[in-house]
Amino acid sequence: MSNKELKRADIIFSPYSVAPYEILKRTMKKDKEHVINELIESGLRGRGGAGFPTGIKWKLFAQEQESERYIICNADEGEPGTFKDRKLLVEVPRKVISGMAIASWACNAKNGIIYLRAEYKNLIPGLKKEIEIFNEYAKKFNLDFTVDIFCGAGAYVCGEETALIESMEGKRGEPRNKPPFPIKKGYLGKPTLVNNVETFATASMVCRYGASEYKSYGTDDQHGSKLFSVSGDSPKEGVHELELGMKISDFVEEYGDGDTKAVQIGGVAGFCIPRKDFDKTIIGEGNTTGGATMIFNSTRSMYNVLHNYLDFFAEESCGQCTPCRVGTQQLLKGIEAVKSGEKPESYLDDLIKLSKTMKITAKCGLGQSVTNSFTSIVKNFREEMIY
Amino acid sequence: MAEIAKIIQEKVERYGRKRNALIPILHGIVSEKNYVDNNDMVRVAKALDISAADVYGTASFYSFLESEEKGKFVIRVCKSITCEMKGKNKILKALEDELRIKLGETTYNKKFSLLQTNCIGLCDVGPAMLVNNEPYTHLTPEKIHDIISDYRNK
Repeated sequence: MSNKELKRADIIFSPYSVAPYEILKRTMKKDKEHVINELIESGLRGRGGAGFPTGIKWKLFAQEQESERYIICNADEGEPGTFKDRKLLVEVPRKVISGMAIASWACNAKNGIIYLRAEYKNLIPGLKKEIEIFNEYAKKFNLDFTVDIFCGAGAYVCGEETALIESMEGKRGEPRNKPPFPIKKGYLGKPTLVNNVETFATASMVCRYGASEYKSYGTDDQHGSKLFSVSGDSPKEGVHELELGMKISDFVEEYGDGDTKAVQIGGVAGFCIPRKDFDKTIIGEGNTTGGATMIFNSTRSMYNVLHNYLDFFAEESCGQCTPCRVGTQQLLKGIEAVKSGEKPESYLDDLIKLSKTMKITAKCGLGQSVTNSFTSIVKNFREEMIY
Repeated sequence: MAEIAKIIQEKVERYGRKRNALIPILHGIVSEKNYVDNNDMVRVAKALDISAADVYGTASFYSFLESEEKGKFVIRVCKSITCEMKGKNKILKALEDELRIKLGETTYNKKFSLLQTNCIGLCDVGPAMLVNNEPYTHLTPEKIHDIISDYRNK
């Protein structure tokens, strides 16, 4: 895969050079199918972490027959190390709402809901004002679309779209069996389009610039630009918009503190990349991540890092399926036992096997992704797990 | 009592007498008195025509819907990795000293509760915490003293 140099992009946070609702107005003059095809053509993938092609999701949603249907903006960013959605909702909320409105128009949905995590409750007054402003425009454009805010109540797993829907229905945030996918049967059993905050904002930018220009950013595998939430041992913490396709080494050079030992890419559900693998591409073929990048320098104990992650997973596992509920706890106990000498070093290999079993057997992304950080840390920093 | 009935009624009017009204109702009760007790749950269950066990099941799932009595100001210190790296434990110690309670406890005058929470999306400006809904960032033990003093007077 070809790499690009680290290059800042200025698409998502650029000031409103063209008013976001102007983009909506212009888009609404086009053919709906054409707009959805442009989105497919742009190669935009979901920016929440799973990376499903956005245009295809919209297309499938638009094809549904039922008239009662919902558009949900997933603002439940609970992944440790991620804070880009908060910044988007504070700084460019109109791009987000405009993206939702374009989806509403293209896919004939009248109801939009922003699922905001409880931790961001203090953003509600600002968002409500923005929604009022949007309502004025919607009236002017004859667009029948309302946007509501639903406040979550503090559960990481609700970032998973079916758990999020369960939560909106007043239930425990336990992921559903899939299929059926929310596109067919989502909120209240009706077709539901769930996209991440950044995905909606980016979709509106794709409508502004057109697929071909957007595609000129990034590489053949990963198009466009992406927001990276940078935190940890970095003098430049914050949200940075970068063109996709750079090597990790370039990223570390720019954002590290000169003593970077490892980078956690994609939050705790992602991979921990050690120094020897820094020549890899930051977000490789096929997969995209939420863009959480946590940088660790050589003073950090990777055992403590992993312990913190596992503690998090054990607490946030919804408890519905056994592999995840028991697996997360056993991994946590397991590394503690190896550290204390209660279990031999080789026990780490058993734990890796357990985490891989979780990947196959857990019901949702939470349990399935534990092995990513677990295996990458245990394999690359084995000595730190033992001594 | 009367307030709780009013909250339930308001939300039922807005969302209908349906289970989707549940979390908004529970949020309403928590912002009124900082936790939802068993009696409240029974009342909510009646209003929505669902079982009290369902209400408890939902309420107990979410970390921001407390089902045990909490202080007027609930402090939630972020314990995720980057905040931990930046000195979360020192902040916690400063809070414990300032409030004279341990993690998980509530002050005798029911003014403050001290809790930990998972990532609150303030990793670039950590260590961070929430006091009710209000975020505080770049915390230091000195800042803790000032923040708590402010709240003591509220």
